[in-house]
Amino acid sequence: MKILKNIKDSLGKELGALTGLVLLGIIMTLATPYFLTLTNLMNILRQSSLIAIAAAGMTFVIITGGIDLSVGSVLSLSSCLTAGMMVSLGWNVWVAVLLGLLIGALLGILNGVLITRIPLPPFISTLGMMGVARGLSFVYTDGAPIYGLPDSFKYLGAGMIGPIPFPAILMAIIYLISYFLLNKTKVGRYSYAVGGNEEAAILSGIDTKKYKTIVYALTGLFAALSGMILAGRLDAATSVAGDGFELDVIAAVVIGGTSLSGGRGKIIGSLIGALIMGVVRNGLNLLLVSSHWQRVILGLIILLAVTVDVVRKQSSEDQDGTLSAFFAGLKS
Amino acid sequence: MSKLLEMHGISKSFYGTQALKDVDIKIEPGEIQAVCGENGAGKSTLMNIMTGILQADSGKIVFEGQELTDLNPRTAQEKGISIVHQELSLCPEVSVAENIFMGRVPEKKRGMVNFKQMRQEAEKVLDRLNLEIDVKKPVGKLGISEQQMVEIAKALSINAKILILDEPTSSLTDTESQILFENLMRLKEEGIAIFFISHRLKEIFQVCDSYTVLRDGEHVGNGKIEDVDPDDIVRMMVGRELDQAYPDKGTEVGKNILKVENISRKNEFKNVSFEVNEKEIVGLFGLIGAGRSETMRTVFGINQPESGKIELLDEDITANNTRKNIDQGLIYITEDRKEQGLFLDMDLNANVVAADLEQVSENSLVKKKKVNKIGEKFVEIMNTKYASLDQPVRSLSGGNQQKVLLAKWLAVEPRVLILDEPTRGIDVGAKFEIHSTLRELSNNGHGVMFISSELPEILGLSDRILVMHQGELVGELDAEGATEEDIMMYASGRKNDFKN
Repeated sequence: MKILKNIKDSLGKELGALTGLVLLGIIMTLATPYFLTLTNLMNILRQSSLIAIAAAGMTFVIITGGIDLSVGSVLSLSSCLTAGMMVSLGWNVWVAVLLGLLIGALLGILNGVLITRIPLPPFISTLGMMGVARGLSFVYTDGAPIYGLPDSFKYLGAGMIGPIPFPAILMAIIYLISYFLLNKTKVGRYSYAVGGNEEAAILSGIDTKKYKTIVYALTGLFAALSGMILAGRLDAATSVAGDGFELDVIAAVVIGGTSLSGGRGKIIGSLIGALIMGVVRNGLNLLLVSSHWQRVILGLIILLAVTVDVVRKQSSEDQDGTLSAFFAGLKS
Repeated sequence: MSKLLEMHGISKSFYGTQALKDVDIKIEPGEIQAVCGENGAGKSTLMNIMTGILQADSGKIVFEGQELTDLNPRTAQEKGISIVHQELSLCPEVSVAENIFMGRVPEKKRGMVNFKQMRQEAEKVLDRLNLEIDVKKPVGKLGISEQQMVEIAKALSINAKILILDEPTSSLTDTESQILFENLMRLKEEGIAIFFISHRLKEIFQVCDSYTVLRDGEHVGNGKIEDVDPDDIVRMMVGRELDQAYPDKGTEVGKNILKVENISRKNEFKNVSFEVNEKEIVGLFGLIGAGRSETMRTVFGINQPESGKIELLDEDITANNTRKNIDQGLIYITEDRKEQGLFLDMDLNANVVAADLEQVSENSLVKKKKVNKIGEKFVEIMNTKYASLDQPVRSLSGGNQQKVLLAKWLAVEPRVLILDEPTRGIDVGAKFEIHSTLRELSNNGHGVMFISSELPEILGLSDRILVMHQGELVGELDAEGATEEDIMMYASGRKNDFKN
């Protein structure tokens, strides 16, 4: 019973997004016979994992009231450097991957330092980092893709465990870790405090600078992991990888119900948000909708999701009422 | 009995303004001490120094016989000095238990929160205050008074020896205040020392053992509460006899300018009627939630009344929006000048002309020369102290900011001014100047109406007083001969002249 209640509590806020995901799934199933097949669903998981993993970190940042525009560039720079270590320098795959992840985390820490010590607004700091990291990626590769990655590295993006793509498993692990961090540890709980009322957090003796820096480091780390997965899947690391990625990631978090003004949000929501975007892209591809129209539709979905969220919040604390009614209905 | 805390010769200045000058204060365990003073007297600064939020320029803090140096919020907490700020400092989305233990959550292993222990301890603290609140609930779902109690619980949970309450009752109802006071008595029994900051003298005389009065950053008196009466405290706070604190009343009443008839808005106010005449100042009093601001916002056209009629100089303006009202000479100066009335980062000039760019424009382009001229003229009329007209308004004192706001509206040459809490948060000197300016405006034929929560101001400045209670106008009094008790009879709903 307790587990049921926990699931109820954690799904509670995401019910809107979850309903949206299920509805989209039903629509796509009805619209095309190719949607509801194991291969296609696994494909969606593989494609969504990139955005989902980075969105897990972004959720922390947005809950603290911040934003990270540099995830796409960090993805690119860390994957190019990792590829370089393996291909040009011939380093061990494990070492290269660990160093690549570390580079992502360090870029995040740098964001955190700029934001907390100078202090720069997160938008500006990460906008600058977006340019710098992307530029360095071009400088390093001279604009040419790095090919010929080791097979063991490609497994990160292309591997399968049974029918399940390896990136989907990574995604699941990242979300378990993030759920734990956000709900059970000081880092997570204080993130809510910082985003909800920073002044109060400071007056309560919370080292807000430290915790903010940690969440940017986490985002950088996860963005780098997304970079590895992408490079593994494409069998190439490129300096143009992840162009515009930051907006997809932010969209996933926002569709998942996390408030851009901080203090409010759930990690599961971001996973659902990323899956919604994956399902829409996949379904529209199957339906042969042009990529131009796909942009329009994804834009509308973001507007719809946030509108629903805002309206729900306005119709006040009533969401509790409707939810308990919903679950009461389920039980009887 | 030995002193728990002693502060000697505390001084502090900000940007050249002396906020505290050589102030002494001390407290014993189990003592409840009132800290009195007008806004800007330095109470908050003193408390911020005591809790390590600010550092004194000079002076000594001795706590349990030990001198404290380099006090910061964290070390102050560790010593047991705790403050409940006037603005609630809670995180609305976070649970009660987590708010209480914010910054000090119990841990299982490194970094992992021990929710079970935290909830149990939170319940223990709430028990001390005789409160039954679900500690898992997000704080934002609690009522204001419950949130206040959570704040106090939070302050207590650090094993507080000194508790500072900054205007704890400002958002509480009478009953809620009484519950708070019972809790304070309980804490007093436990030997906790309490600094109680309040503008409500009645409360001070109800709960406090002693007092300290500050005026303009200086210590002007302290002692036992039973040795003084409320008038003594007020005299110390104001520094002059009460009857001198306000400009002379108006002598004659001119013709009617504004006429409001039976206006209503659902859930805000109903059947409100009043008039404002030339050469008189009308004061509107009511407790929080009486519907004063809502009524005035409707008169000004921010909202439209659902029924009733508003006339300005015999012209029907009921359906007007704010722009039209401003053009016709009806203006409303909001309560929250920082949020709603001024552009803090723009300079003096720009603020003064902001309400009417037409008069400083030629062919739709703003002319800098005209702006300067008008800015200069009105800032001078208002006797505002400033360094340069290019100075951002943010750098002015509260009183001078208020004067800039007034100047801004005078620049549109209004017939009727409605002011919402015109002197809130302003020091005594500036208060007097603003009162004089309003009287002058009234004498020059403008209609002036103001909302205030301060009874002395209502009595001192008004010629005629209106009182609202729960959305209804319940009383109209001549200020001459009226007393605070008279007004409170109406404001608390015990008396209603308009009910048949």
